[in-house]
Amino acid sequence: MSAAEETMQERQAALKGLGTSRKRVEDARFTQGKGNYVDDIKMPNMLFGDFVRSQHAHARVVSIDKTAALELPGVVAVLTAEDLEPLSLHWMPTLAGDKQMVLADGKVLFQGQEVAFVVAEDRYIAADAVDLVKVEYEELPVLVDPFKAELPDAPVLREDIADQKEGAHGPRRHPNHIFTWEQGDKAAAEAVIEEAPVVAEEMVYYHRTHPCPMETCGAVASMDKVNGKLTLWGTFQAPHVVRTVASLLSGIAEHNIRVVSPDIGGGFGNKVGVYPGYVCSIVASIVTGQPVKWIEDRMENLSATAFARDYWMQGKIAATKEGKILGLWCHTTADHGAFDACADPTKYPAGFMNICTGSYDIPTAYLAVDGIYTNKAPGGVAYRCSFRVTEAAYFIERMIEVLAIKLNMDAADLRALNFIKKEQFPYQSALGWEYDSGDYHTAWNKALDAVDYRGLRQQQSQQVEDFKAGKTRKLMGIGLCHFTEIVGAGPVKNCDILGMGMFDSCEIRIHPTGSAIARLGTISQGQGHATTFAQILATEIGISADDITIEEGDTDTAPYGLGTYGSRSTPVAGAATAMAGRKIRAKAQMIAAYLLEVHDNDLEWEIDRFVVKGAPERFKTMKEVAFASYTQEIPGVEPGLEAVSYYDPPNMTYPFGAYICVMDIDVDTGVTDIRKFYALDDCGTRINPMIIEGQVHGGLTEALAIALGQEIAYDELGNVKTGSLMDFFIPTSWETPNYETDFTETPSPHHPIGAKGVGESPNVGGVPAFSNAINDAFRAFGLTHTHMPHDHWRIWKTANDLGLHS
Amino acid sequence: MIPGRFEYHQPDSVPAAVGLLSDLGDEARVIAGGHSLIPMMKLRLAMPEHLIDLRAIDSLKQISVAGSTVTIGAMATQSDLIDSTELATAAPIVRETALQIADPQVRYVGTIGGNVANGDPGNDMPALMQCLNASFHLHGPDGERQVPAREFYEAAYFTARDDLEILTGISFPACEGGYAYEKQKRKIGDYATAAAAVLLSKAADSSCSQAAIALTNLADTPLYCQEASDHLVQSGVTDASIDAAVQSALGQIEPVDDNRGPVEFKKHAAKVILKRAIENAWARA
Repeated sequence: MSAAEETMQERQAALKGLGTSRKRVEDARFTQGKGNYVDDIKMPNMLFGDFVRSQHAHARVVSIDKTAALELPGVVAVLTAEDLEPLSLHWMPTLAGDKQMVLADGKVLFQGQEVAFVVAEDRYIAADAVDLVKVEYEELPVLVDPFKAELPDAPVLREDIADQKEGAHGPRRHPNHIFTWEQGDKAAAEAVIEEAPVVAEEMVYYHRTHPCPMETCGAVASMDKVNGKLTLWGTFQAPHVVRTVASLLSGIAEHNIRVVSPDIGGGFGNKVGVYPGYVCSIVASIVTGQPVKWIEDRMENLSATAFARDYWMQGKIAATKEGKILGLWCHTTADHGAFDACADPTKYPAGFMNICTGSYDIPTAYLAVDGIYTNKAPGGVAYRCSFRVTEAAYFIERMIEVLAIKLNMDAADLRALNFIKKEQFPYQSALGWEYDSGDYHTAWNKALDAVDYRGLRQQQSQQVEDFKAGKTRKLMGIGLCHFTEIVGAGPVKNCDILGMGMFDSCEIRIHPTGSAIARLGTISQGQGHATTFAQILATEIGISADDITIEEGDTDTAPYGLGTYGSRSTPVAGAATAMAGRKIRAKAQMIAAYLLEVHDNDLEWEIDRFVVKGAPERFKTMKEVAFASYTQEIPGVEPGLEAVSYYDPPNMTYPFGAYICVMDIDVDTGVTDIRKFYALDDCGTRINPMIIEGQVHGGLTEALAIALGQEIAYDELGNVKTGSLMDFFIPTSWETPNYETDFTETPSPHHPIGAKGVGESPNVGGVPAFSNAINDAFRAFGLTHTHMPHDHWRIWKTANDLGLHS
Repeated sequence: MIPGRFEYHQPDSVPAAVGLLSDLGDEARVIAGGHSLIPMMKLRLAMPEHLIDLRAIDSLKQISVAGSTVTIGAMATQSDLIDSTELATAAPIVRETALQIADPQVRYVGTIGGNVANGDPGNDMPALMQCLNASFHLHGPDGERQVPAREFYEAAYFTARDDLEILTGISFPACEGGYAYEKQKRKIGDYATAAAAVLLSKAADSSCSQAAIALTNLADTPLYCQEASDHLVQSGVTDASIDAAVQSALGQIEPVDDNRGPVEFKKHAAKVILKRAIENAWARA
């Protein structure tokens, strides 16, 4: 069949563009074990690094004796802070305006901290040598409780900045205090709460957990001493930023550094920051002139690289007797560990925690966040969420439930009463955001109908009666959540990382025969960018997605971008892709007009071609135009067909969703069983529904893990209690329930294709849905709130404290 | 997670393995499936200089039922136990237990011999073997001897096996009646928060003719609950006698506080799990 005979529908389908459940082009290699990850990189003469780590949470380093290690055959070097100091690399800046030890400089501040870096000819020798490095410590008092950080007898952790009264985010009132960040109107919020007829108050703790990507962090550094070029392969969610940081730290000119992110086995925020292992690999390669590989193991990943959450959120919510919310107040104590290494935009030391008014029209609000140092690993990254948005969503969705209890109201009705209405968008929140679009009531009603919410409540009441009558030992919980995300950071005017504006980019080259390559400043870690970005482009330029190669991750070839995290790839790089595609189309239109001998304005775009208005038989396909651009002289138009776009988003995007979890709880054992989980997501324009569904399943499963048991726990001496996958909960298929997914589609008004981003929504909305189900199950017995993680013993204890075992 | 240096040996017979162990002495460890030993080596909590791998000894992989005696070679994997139709008839509780150990990947490699010989109180098979009144076959420089499972475990990782002996197999009488292995765990791959193995036989007059109860991960060894078992035989299986038997068994447990929960919770979980196991076994008897 010739192109001319194809129907419009067939041509449309052939593009595999927006809205197509196109199979992921990445999966052929991933499912066959043909991915190329950083640990797959093997180079001649490659050396291996391994860390000597502190077993103490707080101690002075009295001495480090590396003699025995250096005597072991095959050991090339043992680096300590003393060796890095002449290069000024014994400390490094963090993304949060703090600095962090690369190797222990006089003291250690958390268990697992890097003390020395052993470099050896093979991985086994490196591990043997780690045991031979003798470190003498003098133990210091340990601080693990952030609420004790400012007591008179609290140990001073950061002696390097003990006297520094001004931090990166304003005044510091105590050596263990990092910052206080305030948003909203304190006086107004407190006045509303003082005078309101109903006020509910609760401490909501979002415990410390960890992104725990399947692939741990690692790097291979190779310094070519002949041409002065450094190549760094690594598990980087933001390769360009790593290049800039590496240049600033090492003094190597940026054009002499090439950073490559190969295939990455999940990031979830864990791979945004810069770790001592990267710095030490680079230094070791510079010193030895040989490539140096460093790959952390699982226990190192869990105990030393960036954690997530650890927010103690004290909340007050005020309402009328009828349930209309009047005001919200929140004070958060944020446990940042030993260094402030949060990966947030510079001006947001608590990320976007000020999205904590959620989906609700709350006229007055106030938020304060106190950042605190403790003897724990640094981090505070956005684990499958935009910056601190899961914390915010969990807080408000718990506070709504607590308020519903206080009002003796149905929690679904309370939400509906307070949702921002469709006609209120764009909506200015009390804490400073402009929500772009939303239709919460439609989504909410669809969700309630889909699960027969009223029927579920009747069943639940019956079950409570049966429980009280001794007919069952199981309770039923209904976990509700309506979340609003804030993603797509972000506008350069207020969002930067280390000064780099948070734009993103796409560069497209159309080849003479009508296929294309597009390169972006982002980097997929499993999101399927090679699939979805080609779809955006296919719809924009009329070339089948199958004929478009997407390339990311090599800073020598890709345009500068800020990387992939915070669901920013589609909102920012996806927009750049669409805009670059439109530049291609604009030039193509001029060429088509010349070829068809008409004025530019006499053409209209139709799927994959320019058609002369009123003469549908006269057209030029994009493929024909591409060929002409390389083979014909077009007067007044440069040869070739390429475009680049750097996109600075005018606003964030605000995806939202309605989730409902129905859970059965064995009161005697604390064992939970998810009977049903319904997830409605509105991520604006849907690019690939199959990938969206996969993202939702993945995010919900991580949410399930966090809510039901996943944690990084410390004992009072600062020992990590959950440093392996024996104790750190990663669900398998066995623990993972069936999910029902659904959607509404409310496009973003400011995004070129209306897309909002989806990868993180299920984690943001999932955690409160699971947690609310547990809390809701015990509501009939007087429970107001119980902290996550809801593992068996904690559920049992909740039941026990309520007297349900007597 | 990188082990120290070791030499690897793969003998092809039990005498050769026993000979190697005698020659290498304290510096050697026998390895079966490796699911306990290899993680310990990766953490360098175990640093044997020699590993004697039993995988090439085919005679240790057999499962047989002769008359009323079941014999299982030490190198039979959990997966072999699950797949054996003979075993499913002669001792279905073994299959029920094996299916609750970790995941299929682990069960393809993990062996019954390794599971019972290591003395890890978290392992499921030791309590099951006590419940079945199994005997462990030990081969050493002086030949073979048998030790009852109920007398084998001394403390965590300490057993009646001499350092120079290899546990080569297990035998136990085919079981009759009802059975249940109930296990509470946090997730697939976890050790039990509490687990119970129960075998009950019902006489024609509905009295309980035989009973055996054993518990997993509720002390530093598996626990055979003689008194609780006797109580069910003497009193019959009623709500009251089950409660009494459970109370008796609970008197033996000494759970420790860990990430699975505090002692108080574990005692409660043990009570619930054992009660369910007895009820389930009796319903099947």
